[in-house]
Amino acid sequence: MIRRIVRFVDQRAGAAPFVRKALRYVFPDHWSFLLGEVALYCFILLVATGIYLTLFFEDSRSQTIYHGSYKPLQGEPMSRAYESVLHLSLDVKAGLLIRQTHHWAANVFLAAIVLHVLRVFFTGAFRKPRDLTYLVGLAMLFTAFVEGYLGYSLVDDLLSGMGLAIGYSVALSVPVIGANLGLLLWGGPFPGSPSFFPRMYIAHVLILPLIITALLTLHLVLVASRHHTQFRESPKTTEKQVVGVPTYPGQAPRSLGLMFAVFAVLFLLGGLVQINPIWLWGPYHVGEATNGAQPDWYLGWLIGALRLVPAFDLTVGGYTLVPNPFWGGALFPVVILLVLALWPWAERKVTGDDGLHNLLERPRDNAWRTSLGAAFLTWIFLGFMSGSADRVTVWLGLDYAAQIWAYRVLVWVLPVVVFFVVRRACRELVAWERLKSE
Amino acid sequence: MSRIKALLIAAIVLLLGRGRPRRERSEARIVPPGTPDPRAETLVLVLFAAVAVCGIAFIVVYAIDGIGHQTQLLGLALGLAFALLAVAFIVIARRLVVTEELAEPYPAEHPNEVETIEEILDESESRFTRRRLVKLAGTGALGTLGLAALTPALSLGPALDTDALTKTPWRRGRRLVDDSGKPIAATSIEAEAFYTAYPEGADRELIGSPIVVVRIGPGDEGVVAYSKICTHAGCAIALYRKPTFPDTQPGPALVCPCHYSSFDPADNGKVIFGPAGRALPRLPLEVDVDGNLRAAGNFSGPVGPSWSGVRQREARS
Repeated sequence: MIRRIVRFVDQRAGAAPFVRKALRYVFPDHWSFLLGEVALYCFILLVATGIYLTLFFEDSRSQTIYHGSYKPLQGEPMSRAYESVLHLSLDVKAGLLIRQTHHWAANVFLAAIVLHVLRVFFTGAFRKPRDLTYLVGLAMLFTAFVEGYLGYSLVDDLLSGMGLAIGYSVALSVPVIGANLGLLLWGGPFPGSPSFFPRMYIAHVLILPLIITALLTLHLVLVASRHHTQFRESPKTTEKQVVGVPTYPGQAPRSLGLMFAVFAVLFLLGGLVQINPIWLWGPYHVGEATNGAQPDWYLGWLIGALRLVPAFDLTVGGYTLVPNPFWGGALFPVVILLVLALWPWAERKVTGDDGLHNLLERPRDNAWRTSLGAAFLTWIFLGFMSGSADRVTVWLGLDYAAQIWAYRVLVWVLPVVVFFVVRRACRELVAWERLKSE
Repeated sequence: MSRIKALLIAAIVLLLGRGRPRRERSEARIVPPGTPDPRAETLVLVLFAAVAVCGIAFIVVYAIDGIGHQTQLLGLALGLAFALLAVAFIVIARRLVVTEELAEPYPAEHPNEVETIEEILDESESRFTRRRLVKLAGTGALGTLGLAALTPALSLGPALDTDALTKTPWRRGRRLVDDSGKPIAATSIEAEAFYTAYPEGADRELIGSPIVVVRIGPGDEGVVAYSKICTHAGCAIALYRKPTFPDTQPGPALVCPCHYSSFDPADNGKVIFGPAGRALPRLPLEVDVDGNLRAAGNFSGPVGPSWSGVRQREARS
């Protein structure tokens, strides 16, 4: 039977040699190599649950009066988009489960990518010949940020609208072309023309998922063509040969097990742990806002940066050239993207090491990279922390303004401290190991 | 009757039978042999059965109308099904699949191929005498065409009409109305409270429409109005720091909950904390013969978030 199927395919597609190679492709064994797979499986579930959601969603901001089953919002004016998501969440069987699972999957997707990037960065996996693979991955990460933002913006609840207002302000703040850019994207002054929601929708459900799918395919093809990296674990693992388990029968059941585990966690979260209860936020209106508003976790560093920048607009003769949101909302993420994207080339230039690398370094083995990376990460993380300063005020009663001033100082001091501490720690670890082996 | 018996026997054979014996191969094996693990196999069978039970539970919960906590039960059924499936595959991976360690050389570079490709490309251009000029012209042509292809994107919005950003529905004499559309009497504005108002008969979903009205002193002059949209990032000013405790806290402030820009209502909306770079635009007020609040003109500055090129001047109706 198996022989007949394989022969059928081989005669028509000549695929037997490729399939044979794919079955015996070698996967090095380390838990941290699974982070990328977690992201992949989240993406699969995002597409599956997302398709279901599109069957109920109405991409319109035209206003209507609510007469649905949820009593507290009876008679409230709201957009058709918000009304359709209310209906999906409260009246459609399994609707809330799918919507919450979709939202959780987005949060875990971004978390898995971020951890994956950290793994790749701190082990030097991005070095030649995998620098292009790394760039494609970064492109996916930043596309995913936008994709997630559009996802929760489409719902048009109170938090969505506030997020969109901020996005609009960041667009307007781009030097010279900001006003034109904002008007183009929104189709007019905020909250935009009637075609703005359909634009967001098509971007969220088609354009960006297609871009992510294309990048993902390229990423995986590049990974497979150069083979996986590996740690130096035995005399057999060298720069010349990769050691591990084959796709089949070794890796396939492990990977499937991981996939089902990811699905299990996401559906359990989606069913049991409430996320974004939009009926509590209420519909968005331009003149309304709520206190303690937070974006999804993966945009926390941006709201923090927007809050941290002191009142400072670059003005020339009565004209504002660079409005304030540009610094935290546009320049900050662009700087982060550029630093990450140019790192492999910068490192090559500084160290003069232009060789191909298949063996990974442990973080301690490259004290400079590890400590600089940790300092950079601290810088971003402080942005994230200052984004939650208002929550800290509510929980612990710490003065908000005092916290912001503390963070304004810390963002420049703490990364330096972290740099020296981590560099020392790396060197001590290496010295300790040498001592132990002697 | 015998038919049922035959079916029963067939089912038992299917369940317990171990299939045809595998053909013995004479050559060396590719995948090394391992010892069978019947207990792990049984465990996998049990797990698969449990997955099916969870699947049925999902369908049953879905089918029952008016069941309490349906979302939670559905999630539990589906989540458990996948969790059991995950365990089954992990058991297969750890106990039922042969552990092999393969080594494979990393792919090599192809210097000869690279050279050949370069040669092919190079030699193919031998009939051109002005190679660089042709390439330059070709690039220019494609670039221009690309620019032309991008031009329709300008139809997405009034990109060049940035004046649209300065317009608001407010003008002299326009009445203020509250959330339910009723006019607002100046005397009804109390100190230490915060009122939202809209222009009568205008679209409320415009960034220039919503205003906040607060009392900072006695009489009609003590009532002031500001745009409700923060000049930093366009969120609505939804917090009012009033009353204050004079000994420990700064004066009253209109505060945006997005990034906590704070504006002084007693000082023309001046920024007193946070990232906003411009004062909150003030709407001049007057009181009509009925004692109701009306706009006495347009805002003192452009409404909403700043844009590159914004200038501090009166907004237009």
